[in-house]
Amino acid sequence: MRFRRSLVLDVGVRVTFHTVLLFSLFLLFAGHNAPGGGFIGGLVAGAAFMLRYVGGGADEVQRIEPVTPEVLLGTGVIIAVLTGMASLVFGGDFLQSGYHPQDLPLLGKVSFTSVLVFDIGVYLVVVGLVVGVLRSLGREETEGEAAPAEGGEAAT
Amino acid sequence: MLVLLGIHAALAAVAPWASKRLGTRVFLLCGLGPLATVVWAATKAGGVIDGTPVTETWQWLPSLGLDATLRLDAFSLLMVGLVSGIGVLIFAYADAYFSMRAGLGRFAATLVGFSGAMLGLVLADNLLLLFVFWELTSITSYLLIGFEDTKPAAKAAALQALLITGTGGLALLGGSVLLGQAAGTFTLSEILASPPSGGVVPAAMLLLLAGAFTKSAQVPFHSWLPGAMAAPTPVSAYLHSATMVKAGVYLIARLSPSFAADVGFWRPLVLTVGAATMLVGGYRALRQHDLKLVLAYGTISQLGFMVVLLGVGLEGATFAGAALLVAHGAFKSTLFMVVGIVDHQAHTRDLRVLSGLGRRLKPTFVVSALAAASMAGLPPLIGFISKESAFESILDADLGGARVLVLVAIVVGSVITFAYTARFLWGAFADKGAHELGGEPIGPDVPRPGWALLGPAAVVGVLGLAMGLFPSPISPYVSEAGRALDPLLEPHKLILWHGFNTALVLSIGTFLVGSLLFFGRRQVEALQARVPALPNADDGYRFAVSGTIRTAERVTSVLQNGSLPVYLGVIMMTVLAVPGTLLLTGTRFPTEIVVADTWLQLVVAGVVAVAAVATAWSHRRFAAVIFLGGVGFGVGVLFIIQGAPDLALTQLLVETLVLVIFVLVLRHLPERFEAQRWRLGQAPRVLVASGVGVFIAAFAMVAASVRTESPVSDAHLALSVPEAQGRNVVNVILVDFRGFDTMGEIVVLTVAALGIAGLVRAARRERAVAAGRAARVERMEREAQP
Repeated sequence: MRFRRSLVLDVGVRVTFHTVLLFSLFLLFAGHNAPGGGFIGGLVAGAAFMLRYVGGGADEVQRIEPVTPEVLLGTGVIIAVLTGMASLVFGGDFLQSGYHPQDLPLLGKVSFTSVLVFDIGVYLVVVGLVVGVLRSLGREETEGEAAPAEGGEAAT
Repeated sequence: MLVLLGIHAALAAVAPWASKRLGTRVFLLCGLGPLATVVWAATKAGGVIDGTPVTETWQWLPSLGLDATLRLDAFSLLMVGLVSGIGVLIFAYADAYFSMRAGLGRFAATLVGFSGAMLGLVLADNLLLLFVFWELTSITSYLLIGFEDTKPAAKAAALQALLITGTGGLALLGGSVLLGQAAGTFTLSEILASPPSGGVVPAAMLLLLAGAFTKSAQVPFHSWLPGAMAAPTPVSAYLHSATMVKAGVYLIARLSPSFAADVGFWRPLVLTVGAATMLVGGYRALRQHDLKLVLAYGTISQLGFMVVLLGVGLEGATFAGAALLVAHGAFKSTLFMVVGIVDHQAHTRDLRVLSGLGRRLKPTFVVSALAAASMAGLPPLIGFISKESAFESILDADLGGARVLVLVAIVVGSVITFAYTARFLWGAFADKGAHELGGEPIGPDVPRPGWALLGPAAVVGVLGLAMGLFPSPISPYVSEAGRALDPLLEPHKLILWHGFNTALVLSIGTFLVGSLLFFGRRQVEALQARVPALPNADDGYRFAVSGTIRTAERVTSVLQNGSLPVYLGVIMMTVLAVPGTLLLTGTRFPTEIVVADTWLQLVVAGVVAVAAVATAWSHRRFAAVIFLGGVGFGVGVLFIIQGAPDLALTQLLVETLVLVIFVLVLRHLPERFEAQRWRLGQAPRVLVASGVGVFIAAFAMVAASVRTESPVSDAHLALSVPEAQGRNVVNVILVDFRGFDTMGEIVVLTVAALGIAGLVRAARRERAVAAGRAARVERMEREAQP
């Protein structure tokens, strides 16, 4: 079955895609003091990919993703765990957060906090989950089924 | 003391490896553990019997009250002497008994491990530590009994021993915890010095006694002990003379001076069980044909005797019990080793075919005659002294009407003991006439055993005579052992000749009636055959095991029948039954109910309600999913109205994603729900579902209104900026206050995502294989046609 694409939807989705991604990053970074955070940011980014899926199907999602969902998931978990362990290195408890206020040009006084790194991990896991589900559940039945026929038969 | 335990453990660790080089000499290596213990105990003995126990403490789990406290007092010293002293001889005997074969190193390791566990048990001064060693002896004895793991009988016997003593071990643990809680400490010596009373103490005692009874093979838990005869003979000799089975007696002896008088059921229970065990064991011993089984039932009988003496918690009986412990350890280990020798030389233990061994194996016969005389209670052996003291102590005991009953029981028990001892000696060594032989006689030409094999048995056999003739060297040990159990007792002296008194009359009567029983053995056997069989404890065991399995199967088939509606129904009805009942009975409902803050909430709530009903109503999956989405979005809107942007955002985003994922999944499912009905029909489903709905709603209202503590959110709000530098408290909770939870959740998400991918891939592959197979069949059919 061929995926029937709508030109208007396709173009519209492509125009909004990066904006939505950017917005999700904003939510991620603003999350500590305003509505947002890693989970919400990740969901918004997931929604962006979902729009691409609606526009172009699972192949479209696979074409635009820079890394596989498995990599996203793994990186996210590793980042989160490493953040937790980092505080152990500095003599604190597991996952204890640290802060570093700093004056930056243009942005003014910004407080860097270690939980932001943790939140990035959460963000990556959520994006990875959404993209992974789209890729595995969203694929059409008929695609890619002919290939393993002979080999599969031999294996049984 | 810890060092000694460490030595045992280290020997157990190296034994399997060492056996490759040493062969059977690995037993001698392992015997170094008990030997070191005996030497060490000998150096401490003087101080200990002068009244200064040796104590060692090692902090283990102080927060649980679990310190590894070891304490060597005079009673422990006596037990250490038995455990390790006889242990040394058993290891020497095992070296001569076994020929090298596969697995022997493992066996030696288990044996020395068992020895160490038993040593720890009698030294432990902490109830929990005692439990640990107790279970270690159960496990190691399981391995020892089941050593010949190709024999089904050995495996079954080992499992039976483990199940019975293991169940008792659990009772022991329960009792220990209760007792420790009641006393405020788990240190045994402190509990015994100031015993708690009332409250849970009787229950704790019942559990502890149950544990001790199973371990010491008391009626009705005795069935495992004869089965344990499947073990190689050195193990039987060790298990039944000095160790395993004496653990229960040891525990009862420890507890009885402090608790026998105060806990109402103690004396009736202990005396009944002990006396019954003594009689049942002896009765059964009288009709065994296997020499080892004669001894095994004899052990049961003697254990009952010891429980009576040490469990009654009265002065003379405690001393007599301590003396009997020593005497029994000596004669029973000798006799078992002798049976091993007979078995080793003649390759049978059946007393119906053995004949003439007494003339052929004279030294063996002399040694066993000594031990047997001690078991039968003949002078001048240690067994005689202990039995005389037992009779005397019960004659003097202040037990009211029970005194006569107990006295009758132990006298009758002793009569039977005399009879089965004679039967044993006759069965193993006598020349039998043709009318008494059940087959071709075996005996006159068996090879003589080497001194290595007979030596260990001879040592303890002669020791029994020496202790009987000259009791004064061991007298202070027994006396102090009794005084270690009960410091109120006067010192006591073991003497061979008490003068002509009632106890002696009883003894003489015992010998006479016992001889009658022996010489009339054919009549006795005939009588026993005619008496309807007593309810057999072995059948009880089998019934209990198969009953447990049957019940488990039935419960499993009811509870885990694979039906999702039934599972959900059970869960939901539990929710309704337990917290639901509490809600109805225990709480007051809020008097003031705020229906809504604004009219907008009412509108949205109405939409949510309609969507929810429509979800349940619709027959098409797709429509149901859309309505469910309506519920979710409506709730999201409610969050917005309440001023919770984070929650609302999350709710709306999740709802969107779930909707899309639902649609993706629905493509693979039939359009409509199955029309198939639940067996019980629609009504119960509606009833349970509505019940749970009403319960949850009512619970939410009540829970919100009956709060007495200040909500945790206040603290979170107050701490958010100073502690976590964040003004968005929801995010602060997620990544900071509850960061560990979040970490767990993202791991769950990851696993779920990988799981979905894996499932889909597997399903796709299966379909592809099926499709490929179909295509190939089609092609072959096409090719087959012309």
